[in-house]
Amino acid sequence: MDASAPQQTRAADGVSRSLIIRNLRKEYRAGVPVLKDVSLTIEGRGLTAIIGPSGTGKSTLIRCINRLVDPTSGEMIFQGQDLATLRGKALRQARRRIGMVFQEYNLVERLTVIENVLCGRLGYVPVWRAWLRKFPAADVDRAFQLLDEVGLGDFANQRADQLSGGQRQRVGIARALMQDPDLILADEPTSSLDPKTSFEIMELIARRAGERDIPVIVNIHNVELGRRFADRIVGMSKGEIVFNGPPAALEEKHLLAIYGGEGWLE
Amino acid sequence: MTSAAADRRRAFPPNWPLRIGLLVLAIYVVYAAQILDITWTRFLIGIEHGERFLSRMFPPDFSHDKLQLLYAGMMESLQIAILATVFGTAISLPLGLASARNISPAPIAWAARLFIVLCRTFHPLIVAILFVKAVGFGALAGILALTVASVGFISKLVGEATEEMSMKQVEAVRATGASFMSVIIMGVMPQVMARFIGFIAYELDSNLRNSALVGLVGGGGIGATLFTAFQRFDYDFVLTIVISIIAIVMVGEILSGFMRRLFQ
Repeated sequence: MDASAPQQTRAADGVSRSLIIRNLRKEYRAGVPVLKDVSLTIEGRGLTAIIGPSGTGKSTLIRCINRLVDPTSGEMIFQGQDLATLRGKALRQARRRIGMVFQEYNLVERLTVIENVLCGRLGYVPVWRAWLRKFPAADVDRAFQLLDEVGLGDFANQRADQLSGGQRQRVGIARALMQDPDLILADEPTSSLDPKTSFEIMELIARRAGERDIPVIVNIHNVELGRRFADRIVGMSKGEIVFNGPPAALEEKHLLAIYGGEGWLE
Repeated sequence: MTSAAADRRRAFPPNWPLRIGLLVLAIYVVYAAQILDITWTRFLIGIEHGERFLSRMFPPDFSHDKLQLLYAGMMESLQIAILATVFGTAISLPLGLASARNISPAPIAWAARLFIVLCRTFHPLIVAILFVKAVGFGALAGILALTVASVGFISKLVGEATEEMSMKQVEAVRATGASFMSVIIMGVMPQVMARFIGFIAYELDSNLRNSALVGLVGGGGIGATLFTAFQRFDYDFVLTIVISIIAIVMVGEILSGFMRRLFQ
């Protein structure tokens, strides 16, 4: 986390998939920062897990990156642009390179599975194609292929609200991949799922992103799950980063610093 | 003993504002009835008139030339209702979306709301009178009046349905980098469409009923036929028309219920 690291990453990779966050601050109410000048460099590959207690700003951080939340100050450099200052068309074009997986899946319930996956192309195709459902044949082929990859090949024409939670999240992952993203954000992708499905979903995200060399930032409550799939762990507490290192380096004292208390560690 | 009873907490204390309010209302009702000269005698005389009027309605007139008049009027009413529903709902969808504060920028949302309120301000009958004055007697005035009524009603409902939808689904579509219109088409419309179709069915039903109404003030259709029959004291034909209107309204209600179930 020293000052020279970001410069180095950018110079080495050119237009890489790395993300450099500097002094990111978010106040929903003036004077009450949820993010306290967070600085963080996400390298252009691998899975970064952000852990920390509820209400500590993990979600806010992730939502600032694709600007579902507007940061109060700070910058986020991604592919030579500061995401924090983008507006209008430039913002939409940056967003289409950033896939997002949501805690509650956020599929459009009344659309079919394949329509939901094709939503991932909306940043690329003109409005009339979406209106008439005339997506380019190559996109449709890829949507089917992605559904096969997430194990839902037979569900293409079902309505999204007929799927189970795990299945919905698989559609969510396919939708994110459909964007051809250079970065995937996952905001508590397993919090609404049972332990076994959570594991499968994390594995799916890690594998499908890994084989495409797409960096992933995932907020996760489950420390063990994070440790298992992450290449790097970022620990947050009260709007600040208190740990940043490989999973192996995450020790009990760090967890104490992140979550406070100690009874729960027994 | 008495002091103990007085100290007891009361479960149902007297509601003095309500009592006073009811008393004031009672006094006003008596006063207003007197001002308007509503008396028992007048009511009895009225009943006598009504009896004579009703007896002149029977039996309903089903003669051939009357049925032809009835058919022409009904067809015109149907056309008025369907055209007004099509035009009205076509305008209502974009207007309703524009009025929804969760997707529309504040100035546009307020402008749309103002327009909707204007459309809703007056009863369709009064709007019909205005349009009869503006474009003359006939079906066009009726269509325009019912279109305005449909816009006022449906766009308000569309706006409310849009404000009640799940923003999470919209957010996810927005996060893909979709343009505003694409977000509307893939994120908003799927959520609103089923209810919108329900509104269309409801409005068709309501326009069918109101199309008889606007004819009374010159807006064409079966209402005009009814008005003429009244003026010519053809009370037996009036009854035929009334029965037909009731039948049409019932059929409309069944159809609209069916349509709503179909698109659920």
